[in-house]
Amino acid sequence: MPHLLKRLLAGMTSFALTLTVAQADQTTARIAAAASLRPAMDELVADYRSSHPGARLEAVYGSSGSFRTQIENGAPFDLFFSADMDFPQALEAAGHAAGEAVPYAEGRLVLWSGGDDASTLTLQSLTAERFRRIAIANPRHAPYGARAEEALRSSGLWDALEPKLVFAENIGQALQMVHSGAADVGILALAQMHGLSLEGAAFQVIDADLHQPLENGYIITRRGAENPAARGFAAFVQSPEAQRILENYGFSIPRSH
Amino acid sequence: MFGLTPSDWEALRLTLRLALISTALLLVLCLPLAWWLAHTQRRVKVVVEALVSLPLVLPPTVIGFYLLILLGPRGAVGGTLERLGANHLAFTFTGLVIGSMIYSLPFVVQPMQNAFQAMGRRPLEVAATLRAGPLDRLVSVVLPLSRQGLLTAAVLSFAHTLGEFGVLLMIGGGIPGQTQVASIAIYSHVEAMDYASAHRLSLFLMLAAFLLLVCVYALNKRFKIVGMTP
Repeated sequence: MPHLLKRLLAGMTSFALTLTVAQADQTTARIAAAASLRPAMDELVADYRSSHPGARLEAVYGSSGSFRTQIENGAPFDLFFSADMDFPQALEAAGHAAGEAVPYAEGRLVLWSGGDDASTLTLQSLTAERFRRIAIANPRHAPYGARAEEALRSSGLWDALEPKLVFAENIGQALQMVHSGAADVGILALAQMHGLSLEGAAFQVIDADLHQPLENGYIITRRGAENPAARGFAAFVQSPEAQRILENYGFSIPRSH
Repeated sequence: MFGLTPSDWEALRLTLRLALISTALLLVLCLPLAWWLAHTQRRVKVVVEALVSLPLVLPPTVIGFYLLILLGPRGAVGGTLERLGANHLAFTFTGLVIGSMIYSLPFVVQPMQNAFQAMGRRPLEVAATLRAGPLDRLVSVVLPLSRQGLLTAAVLSFAHTLGEFGVLLMIGGGIPGQTQVASIAIYSHVEAMDYASAHRLSLFLMLAAFLLLVCVYALNKRFKIVGMTP
């Protein structure tokens, strides 16, 4: 009988030990990610999970600007993957980051039309009369919208095209405007074309020299500083494997790297 | 004035115009519908009532999403207009009016229907025996007797359109002077982190709405506009 008790105790101890070890490995890292990053981030998270079965990651998608405000106000995020560099840098400057803002990907602008084969289009061809409405993200606060405006201005087309522009709140809504046919053509993100190109939709990539780079950066927040899953995932995003995934989804690797 | 920019004023004017036009149209168009709902015995009534109340339940993004498709060049409404040689209605002021009308529909139909039901058929029958024609019966009997319901419908629809956001965000396209109403302008200020402008415009809208409601309740005290008691 004492023998059995001893074995039971030993078993319980080892079980408890496994639990604590697992617990230490199982801290959840909550990631705030820009909506434009969604398909790529889903795959990055799945990939990281498969090589780190203990790690618990949870990605929440939304607008980068809102995430910035939320993190400033103490939102429980360990990592923040923004659609630009400004928001992570601002958080870093305000002391909300555990390190510096790191660029992880660079977005590209594309022309896409629901009705036309956009692969033959140029920015110049948007002046044609059949393009009555051109959707872009709002340049006042959406990075892709601001770069779209720059590209149109540096091509000398802004004044001619401005009366035709409609402004979406973000790049996702701009895609929806074109997809529904309400806008004839849109200046969208290459990263959004992943799902659409499966439908055989053709698009035209816009010359990156026409605008400032669309650098996307991330930070580990102060809250995430001691979180092993957050640190592990951040390191993983810099790896060649992760960068290959990002490239598959239409991002380039930042030039500053 | 009040530190508002010309484009803020433009957005406010547009909001006022949108609320006035869609309220006026709704009052006229919903009158026969509410009358029919108040008096029909047909089984299809419940289906129509459910349809009318749908905008109360659905998130504005759902309404906005379907309206964008419907009013766009490939939708039933927009497509028909295109075939007739006109332009589709997405990103136009007319589109916003249609969106607001659908969004505010239950706020107009329900008070009207209640008023007509409360009135009953008796006053009309009396008027008919006194040889009042259909138009006369509407103008001198129905409208005065259901005044309270009609005014409630007007106030609710107007106020609801002033604060409307989700539907307009989806089908509007934020074009200054055409589809950028006050709520969209405020959202844009906030997103651009121009909090000072957002504060000024929000405060102005809040004060305007408050004054409007004070007027309504002051009138209500004398004429009994808002409220369910007949």
